[in-house]
Amino acid sequence: MSRRRQVRKLGNAVALCLSLLATLIGLLCLGAILWTLIARGLSGMSVQLFTQTTPPPGAAGGLLNAIYGSVIMTVLGMFIGAPIGILAGTYLAEYGRESRLSSVIRFVNDVLLSAPSIIVGLFVYEVLVVRMGHFSAIAGAVALAIIAIPVTVRTTEDMLRLVPQSMKDASTALGAYPWRTITSIAYPAARSGIVTGLLLAVARVSGETAPLLFTALNNQFWSKNLNAPMANLPVVIFQFALSPYKDWQQLAWSGALLITVAILLLSVIARLIISALPGDQGQR
Amino acid sequence: MAIVSAKRAARQRAGERFFRTATLVAAFLVLALLGGVAVSLLRGAWPALSHFKLEFLTREIWNPVTGEFGALAPIYGTLMTSLLAMLLAVPIGFGVAIFLTELCPRRLRRPVGVAIELLAAVPSIIFGIWGLFVLAPILQRQVQPWLIAHVGPLAGIGQLFQGPPFGIGVLSAGLVLAIMVLPFIAAVMRDVFETVPDVLKESGYALGATTWEVIWNVVVPYSRVGMVGGIMLGLGRALGETMAVTFVIGNAHRVSASLLAPGTTISASIANEFTEAVGDLYTSSLVALGVLLFLITFTVIAAARFMLLRLDRRALSTV
Repeated sequence: MSRRRQVRKLGNAVALCLSLLATLIGLLCLGAILWTLIARGLSGMSVQLFTQTTPPPGAAGGLLNAIYGSVIMTVLGMFIGAPIGILAGTYLAEYGRESRLSSVIRFVNDVLLSAPSIIVGLFVYEVLVVRMGHFSAIAGAVALAIIAIPVTVRTTEDMLRLVPQSMKDASTALGAYPWRTITSIAYPAARSGIVTGLLLAVARVSGETAPLLFTALNNQFWSKNLNAPMANLPVVIFQFALSPYKDWQQLAWSGALLITVAILLLSVIARLIISALPGDQGQR
Repeated sequence: MAIVSAKRAARQRAGERFFRTATLVAAFLVLALLGGVAVSLLRGAWPALSHFKLEFLTREIWNPVTGEFGALAPIYGTLMTSLLAMLLAVPIGFGVAIFLTELCPRRLRRPVGVAIELLAAVPSIIFGIWGLFVLAPILQRQVQPWLIAHVGPLAGIGQLFQGPPFGIGVLSAGLVLAIMVLPFIAAVMRDVFETVPDVLKESGYALGATTWEVIWNVVVPYSRVGMVGGIMLGLGRALGETMAVTFVIGNAHRVSASLLAPGTTISASIANEFTEAVGDLYTSSLVALGVLLFLITFTVIAAARFMLLRLDRRALSTV
């Protein structure tokens, strides 16, 4: 073997080993984070966690009010965000298509998709909290909705575009208006895809902390009032983790484990639905 | 025989008008959202911006007591942590993408890819709490003392590794950020690499090139624009990331040459101080920081999205 050939082969081997190493580093990070979460979070798991509210330092307690608040605000946020996102996605896929306006909207939506969430928090603070004069669960839900909208728009459009044109044409040939075609043909055909998009949006939204910091704030106590500050898991984790009290830090770890497990489950379920879809969309 | 009664036809037409308008309104709402964010932030920031003028950008001082605010330290911290994150995450992300598209046995491709994507789904606050309780102590006890002892005395680069090992600081924030943006960069690069036609790669192999030579001379040049787009998308994330940084940056409004010193970023300052800010000028200064972040990230993200426009849209739907 010539020397030059040896050098090339060596370079190849080194480069490929480095890429393997990079992948191992990535997997190691995921493993390390999950392991820490499980190790530290599990020791705090108890029935108490789900039956008692956040305690003052030194007392026993759970995360009930925070879990409740997170669920309520996520559901409320999705109720506001999902219809808007689905309708806007429908416009892009069915009405606007390749028009100038839809390219602009598509671009803006993509920008919003990766916009920093703390900006959304500031926006809702300026628009809602300042006007209402106080922090509230509603403001938190609106902030979450704004984060859910771009995700939903994107997946809805993508999924509607996968519905075969021939199916829509058949409907049109029977004399149906576009809205009938969309609601009776396209939506049912794209249903599992759209649901997946909503699941991904929920996964994205339920871990968001920054937009809730100055919209929903936090609440030490049990509160069902949507017009008042409401406890939520991410902000409780934030405040408790940075506190000097050991029992608060323990609660933060347990909350972190809960939230991560919930989100990873949602993501995995969404992926399973996608891979069960027929056609080329299931390839990856 | 009338197939469709006039009444039914009218109902269908009304339904069409209603549905069409509803979708159009929703689509415009997306546009309005971006405009609304820009306008409301500028309005909130106006008192501070008109009070400090351009000096806001260049002053390091941040004193709520005397009411003097400057954005230099947060801007520096934001850029520095993001730069560190990109220096680490881009090569590793590139390696992961290469592994997934060119090396990985077909059977492992999906699980490994999904694992990397799951890392992207972990909420940022988890990275923050992990960084504070796990990574920072390791850095403080093992890594930073070594850096101070061995790299610190060197001329030039040594400046970056001075002072006591706090554990938290700019370096730690950069590391946590790197772990956070790694999956995004890896996922986008993988999607970009997958668009390279097999014919091109096969021609490379036919000429006797090694795998690495095909990657470096065929795959990378072909996907250059998309790669840069993916990197900038990751950069956009890093610049705007809040929770992961807030935990480990130390929140000190000063510009230090040393990477080991505590600092702050724009988003961390807002997250830490906003609810405690008293006085209009203080609040307004924080919103003004938000405006800066808005400008920086939106420029980067818009440029990234522009570069990625060519790419198959569906390939990117997870990011």
